[in-house]
Amino acid sequence: MTVLQVLPMVAVLVGLVLYTVLANADLGTGVWQLTAGSGERAHQVRAHIYRAIGPIWEANHVWLIFVLTVLWTAYPQAFASLASTLVVPLFIAGIGIVLRGTAYALHGATNGPGDHPEVDLVFALSSLITPFALGAAVGAVASGRVPAGPVPGDIITSWLGPTSLLVGVLAVAGGAFLAAVQLAAEAARLGEVEMAERFRLRALLSGVVAGIVAIAGAFVVSVDAPALAHGLLDGAGRSAVVVSAVAGVATLVLVWTRRAHAARFVAAVAVAALVAGWALAQGPTLLPGLTVQQAAAPYNTLLAVTVSIVAGAVIVGPSLALLFGLVLGGRMDRPVDVPETAVPARPPRDRRMLGRGAVGLFVAGAVLVVFASGAVLMTVGLLLVLVAVVAGFVAVGPADLGLDTDDGTGSGTLFT
Amino acid sequence: MSGWLSQVIDQDYLLQARQMQALSFAVHIPLVCFGMALPTLILFLEWRAMRTGQEVYRTLARRWSRILVALFAVGVVTGTVLSFEMGLLWPQFVGTFGSVFGLGFAIEGFSFFVEAIFIGVYVYGWDRLSPRWHFASGIPIVLTGVTGSFMVITVNAWMNNPSGFRLQNGQVVDVDPVRALFANPFLWHEFVHMYIAAFMVTGFLIAGCYAVSMLRGRTTPYHRVALAVPLTAASVAAPAQIVVGDWAARTVGEQQPVKLAALEGLGATTSGAPVHLLGWYVDGEVRYGIEIPRLLSLLAYHDPDSTVRGLLSFPPEDLPPVNVVRIAFQTMVGIGSALALLAVIFLYIRIRAHRLPASRWFYRAVVLAGPAAVVALIAGWVTTEVGRQPWVVYGVMRTNEAVTAASGIPIGYAVLAAIYLGVVVGVGWILHRLAIRPLPADPPPRELVEEGVP
Repeated sequence: MTVLQVLPMVAVLVGLVLYTVLANADLGTGVWQLTAGSGERAHQVRAHIYRAIGPIWEANHVWLIFVLTVLWTAYPQAFASLASTLVVPLFIAGIGIVLRGTAYALHGATNGPGDHPEVDLVFALSSLITPFALGAAVGAVASGRVPAGPVPGDIITSWLGPTSLLVGVLAVAGGAFLAAVQLAAEAARLGEVEMAERFRLRALLSGVVAGIVAIAGAFVVSVDAPALAHGLLDGAGRSAVVVSAVAGVATLVLVWTRRAHAARFVAAVAVAALVAGWALAQGPTLLPGLTVQQAAAPYNTLLAVTVSIVAGAVIVGPSLALLFGLVLGGRMDRPVDVPETAVPARPPRDRRMLGRGAVGLFVAGAVLVVFASGAVLMTVGLLLVLVAVVAGFVAVGPADLGLDTDDGTGSGTLFT
Repeated sequence: MSGWLSQVIDQDYLLQARQMQALSFAVHIPLVCFGMALPTLILFLEWRAMRTGQEVYRTLARRWSRILVALFAVGVVTGTVLSFEMGLLWPQFVGTFGSVFGLGFAIEGFSFFVEAIFIGVYVYGWDRLSPRWHFASGIPIVLTGVTGSFMVITVNAWMNNPSGFRLQNGQVVDVDPVRALFANPFLWHEFVHMYIAAFMVTGFLIAGCYAVSMLRGRTTPYHRVALAVPLTAASVAAPAQIVVGDWAARTVGEQQPVKLAALEGLGATTSGAPVHLLGWYVDGEVRYGIEIPRLLSLLAYHDPDSTVRGLLSFPPEDLPPVNVVRIAFQTMVGIGSALALLAVIFLYIRIRAHRLPASRWFYRAVVLAGPAAVVALIAGWVTTEVGRQPWVVYGVMRTNEAVTAASGIPIGYAVLAAIYLGVVVGVGWILHRLAIRPLPADPPPRELVEEGVP
C-alpha cells in the first residue's frame, strides 16, 4: 500500500473529526433549543445559542462537503457503493441540512427567538435529525452492512442495525454535550456567569448520558459487529479507545471545575481518538471485500488530490485561525469606535471620454471575438470586451446622482 | 469491481431522477449568482464610502451584506444537497469517473471554505474591524466566488467535452485529472458566460426591487444609488453576454454538432441553413416558425452557404429531446436580447444626460428584468444540460447507465420538491423582511448587539 493511497483517507478522517467536533457542536444546540421551554429564561437561552453559533456557522458545515468530495475523487467506487446502499439516511441528512440552513437564514430576518417559534422548532428538529442520520450511516459502514460493488445492500435494514442506532444516538448525545461545553465556554468568556452555569449543568448531564451510551455501545458492538469490537477492544484500536475514554472523563472534570474553555479542546481529543480507533480497528478494510488500497483512484488523481489538499490547507488553515482568533478573542463582540476621517472633496470628473473609450473597446473586442480565427486574437478580443465592461461601469458610476444637493426627502422629481 | 460501465440500470424513474437533479440545480444556481456578483457590488459600495465619505454607500453595503449572508446560508445547504445527489442519484457516474472529475469539486470545496470563513469575518466585522481591514476581508469573498464557480464549471465542461482518460474494460485508465479539467475548450466560454450571467441576474433582480420603490415615489439618493449601481453592472454585462453567447454557440457547433442542430431544430443536413424563430420541431422540420434564410450557416460558420449537419444524420438513440432544448435556447436568447436592449437604453441616458431615466415604463421594465434574467439563466442551463442528453458524459456514458438502482425516487422527488418550495418561499420572506427594515441610519439592529446574528 503506497502512502498516496492512504493520505486522502487520512484527510477524510481528519475532516470527519473536525465536522464532528465543530459542526456537531453546532447541531447539538438543537437539543438545548428544544428543551429550553418557554418564558424569559428560555428566550435568553435561545438568544445565547444563536449568538454563539453566529460567525462560525457557515464554515463548520463545509467540512462535510470536503469529506464527500475527497471521498468521491480518491475512492470513487467506495463512494458509489456507500451512496447506493445508504441512500435513505444520506437523503434524510441532506433534507435535515437544508431545513436547518434555511431556518438559520430565516432566523436572521426575524426579530429574535420567540418572534417566530416555528422557525426555532424547525431549526431544533432538523438539528437532531441530521446527526442521527449521519451517525446511522457511519454505523452501517462500521458494522459491515454496506457491500462493495455495483449491487447495493438493503437500503432499509443496512442503516437500522444495532450499531447504526448506537452511533446515531451517540452522535446526538455527543453533539449535545459538545454544544453545552461550547456554550458554557462562550458564556464564561462574555462574563455571563448565570448563563455559563446553566450550560455547565447541561454539559454535565449530557456528558454523563453520552458516556453511558458509549459504554453500553461496547456491548452492542461486541454482539452486532464482533470484528469491529475485536479491533477496538483488543486490537490496534485499543490505545485510541483508552485515550478517548480518558479525554472524555477529563472533559467532564474540567466542566465540573468550571474550566469550559479548556474542556472544549479536550473534548475534541476524545472525538478524534474515537474516530482514529474506528479507523485502526477497521483498516485496511474500507467496505467488506474492498480495502482502502483497492478502492483508491489511479496515481495521477491521488497525486493531484493530495497536492490540492496540502495547498488548500495552507490557505484554509490561516483563514480559519483568523476567524476563530477574531471570535474567541472577543473582537466580534462589540463595536469599536472608529475615528471619523475627513474625506477631502474631489471635483467631479467628466467621464464622457471614458464612456466613449468603453464603447470603442467593446466594438473592437466584439469584432475580434466574432470574426477572428485563432485562439490568440480571440482571447485578445475577449479581454477587450471585458475591459470595456469594467470601463463602462466606471464611466457611468453613481457619482452624479445628486447625493450632495438632495435634501433626502425624495420629493419625486425623478419622473417627468 | 469491474464492469460498472455500459450496464443499463433497471430504473423505471430515470426521468424523475433527472428532474430531481434539475430542480436542485434550478434552486441553487440563482443563489450561486448572488455569491459570484453581490460581493463585488458590496465592495464597490464600501470603496465609494471610503473614498467619498458619503454615508449612503455604507448603509447600502451593510444592508446588502445581510442579504448576502442569508442567501449564502441557503446556498451552502442547497449546494450540500447537490453533492449528496451526485452519489445518491448517479452512483455509477461518480464510481466510474470520480477519479477523473472529482478533483474539480475537491478544489471547489476549499474555495467554498475560504468564502464561508471570510463571509463570517466580513458580515460580522462591521464596526468591529477598522474600515481598511474590513474592506480587505471582503476581497477573498470576491475571489473565491470566482474560483468556486470556475471549478464547478470545469466539471460541467468536462461532462460536455470529456478527455483526460481512456476506457479499458469499463474501467478508466491513463487518468489525467488536471488535463481533463483545465485543458478543455468548453471551460472558458462556459465560465465567462456564467460569470457575466451572474452579474445580470444579481444586478437586474436588486435593481428591480428598488425600481418598485421608485415607482411608489421613493426617490431619495439612497434609492437612486441602490437602483443605479446594480443596474449599471447588469447593463454593462448584458451586451457583452451577446458576444460571449455567440462564441459559446460556435464552439458547441464544432464540438457537439448534434446540440447545435437541436438548438435550431435542423432536421436534414442543409447548405445555407436557416434559423427559425418560435415554432415546433416535428418530423425533421420546424413547423409554424418564422424562417430567416441562411442565418444559421452564417452564424455558425460565417458563411451563408456553409453546410450544417442536421439531426436526421445522427442515430435516433443519440438525440436529445429537441423541443425542450430548442425552446429553452430561444427563451434564453430572446430574454438576453431584450435585456441588452434595456441595458443600452439605460447606459445611453446615464452617459449622455447624467441622470436616471424619467419614464415610468423604464422602471416597469426593470421590475420585470430581474425575474426574466433568472428565467434566462435557467433556460441556458436547460439548453446545455438537456442538450447533452442522452449522455451524462458526452459520447461515453449514457444517463441510463449512471442512474441509481435504488427504488423510491418518486418519494425522494416529492419530498425534495415540497421542501424546496418551502425554501423558495422562505427566501422570499427573508428578502422581504430585510427590505422593510427601517431607513436611513440602519444602526446595528437589536439582535446584532444582543446575539451577533446579522
